Amino acid sequence: MKITSDTTGRVLSTGAALVTILLTLAIIVFIATKGLSTFIINGVPVKDFLFSTNWFPDRPLEEGGPQVGVLAFMLGSIIVSLLAVLVSAPLSVACAVFIREIAPFWGQRVLQPAIEILAGIPSVVYGYIGLSLLVPFIREHLGGLGFSVLAGFLVLSVMILPTIVSMSVDSLRALPQEWKEAAYALGSTRWQTIRIVLLPAARSGIITGVVLGLARAFGEALAVQMVIGNTRKIPGSILDPVITLTSAITMDMGNTPMGSLWSNSLWSMGLLLLFISCLFILVVRFVVQRSEMSQ
Amino acid sequence: MLNKSKLVAVVLCLGALLAVAGCGENDAKATAENKLSGNITAVGSTALQPLVEQAANQFMGGNPDVRIVVQGGGSGTGLTQVVQGAANIGNSDIFADEKNGIDAAQLVDHQICVAGMAAVINPNLNIDNLTKQQLVDVFSGKVTNWKEVGGQDQKIVLVNRTKSSGTRATFKKYALGGVEEATGLEEDASGNVRKIVKETPGAIGYLALAYLNSDVKAIKLDGVEPNKENIAIGKYPVWAYEHCYTLGNPTGATDAFLNYLLTDDVQKTLVPQLGYIPVTEMQITRDAAGNVK
Repeated sequence: MKITSDTTGRVLSTGAALVTILLTLAIIVFIATKGLSTFIINGVPVKDFLFSTNWFPDRPLEEGGPQVGVLAFMLGSIIVSLLAVLVSAPLSVACAVFIREIAPFWGQRVLQPAIEILAGIPSVVYGYIGLSLLVPFIREHLGGLGFSVLAGFLVLSVMILPTIVSMSVDSLRALPQEWKEAAYALGSTRWQTIRIVLLPAARSGIITGVVLGLARAFGEALAVQMVIGNTRKIPGSILDPVITLTSAITMDMGNTPMGSLWSNSLWSMGLLLLFISCLFILVVRFVVQRSEMSQ
Repeated sequence: MLNKSKLVAVVLCLGALLAVAGCGENDAKATAENKLSGNITAVGSTALQPLVEQAANQFMGGNPDVRIVVQGGGSGTGLTQVVQGAANIGNSDIFADEKNGIDAAQLVDHQICVAGMAAVINPNLNIDNLTKQQLVDVFSGKVTNWKEVGGQDQKIVLVNRTKSSGTRATFKKYALGGVEEATGLEEDASGNVRKIVKETPGAIGYLALAYLNSDVKAIKLDGVEPNKENIAIGKYPVWAYEHCYTLGNPTGATDAFLNYLLTDDVQKTLVPQLGYIPVTEMQITRDAAGNVK
């Protein structure tokens, strides 16, 4: 009897693991075959795809033929998500310190649940709030159209806050209690303990949180699309409208016939996104591994 | 990132399930001789979707053995799926000939209704007419301030649909004479265009007549008001057919449904209700190349 349930358990969990691996592989293979056909079948040079801002996927041959340069979209994604992390990371780390060290009672009973609620709000709601409140506010008080890099990264910075906060809280929690006590015993103030002992010790968890937040910001489509104005140009200031890879994909995907250069280049953008998020994951693994080695 | 495509996959699976379930029922009930039965899948244009959906509900009410599944996905998806045989009907805002990568020769066109399009501006602008040349200048970025075309001193803000949108293709072809639009804000839904034009000072965009309301001001083109009557007699040029494409000539239930779409039941009630112009009321016809007869 015991052996049977043991075997069943093993078969079930191995099966589930295999399905997950197969799914991941299938998605990667599918996106890669679709995405690479821009370069293989349509013969677009990779250099033109990555480093050109000319986006004319439907231009007839007599006017110079179609061109699919995604530089403006890629830069848009990078600018918006980096700025979001720049705003969100210090805020999140401060929140985490507050929750763990400054006011554990209020922090864990009020602030942490509040931040968890933030994580549960659907992105379309963030986008809608951004569109209805933030965009008109920026237009009236700071100038420009309101649809801007600024609106995009502000919305994103709130969205990635929970990711960075919860990773930072976890890594602060994992620190041995003795370290803090030792710091106090040596005469440190609370601020010195946090700054010199706790934060540096929790560094790898915090960095992991920041990179995961960056990855989330990079992959977010809907909320960003609603507030950035989607102008296919490299922005000149943070009040200019901008476009990201994700919004460029969602805006066109329904209306482009499968197998056309236009549709293929959307898949190539998807492949690029996949590639960049793989890069983020590698960075996270590297950081975690190095901190494990140093301990 | 994959949310939308996952959703599409789920919808397709559900559609397939429904289709299978439908088959079973039909086999069981196939008693009456000349009763219509079968499954119809119509996929494509989101602009045409509400009309086809409501017509399908009415049609299924009269023909209980017919099951019609209507899905969105966009004109490109509709055309692709009907060419591949994955859907019985492909709904499209534009002629199949106008879409690159679609073999239009295999498809049969059924024109259901006409959608007119108007240039719309922020209601605070004191302009209600533009000449065609002025409109081209505004959209090509040659003119950047409303005072240059007779309005107040206000910067022009372009609000485009995405390049793959049927509304944009129609507007570019018939209102702008094919001139490339300058970069501006871009939205993937007409509802968003209306919201932005309403709220942004100096904004101009374009909408199907079905989307017009008091939030935005529709402007006359060369003194001609964009309305049903002017389109029907050929005075206002910015309009497009809404098409249902089939692979080869339709048969059975699909044929009956397409014919139903052209009866007074649909053309006199649903079509005007949803802001379209019945194809039966058009006094002119136009082909894919834009030649009017």
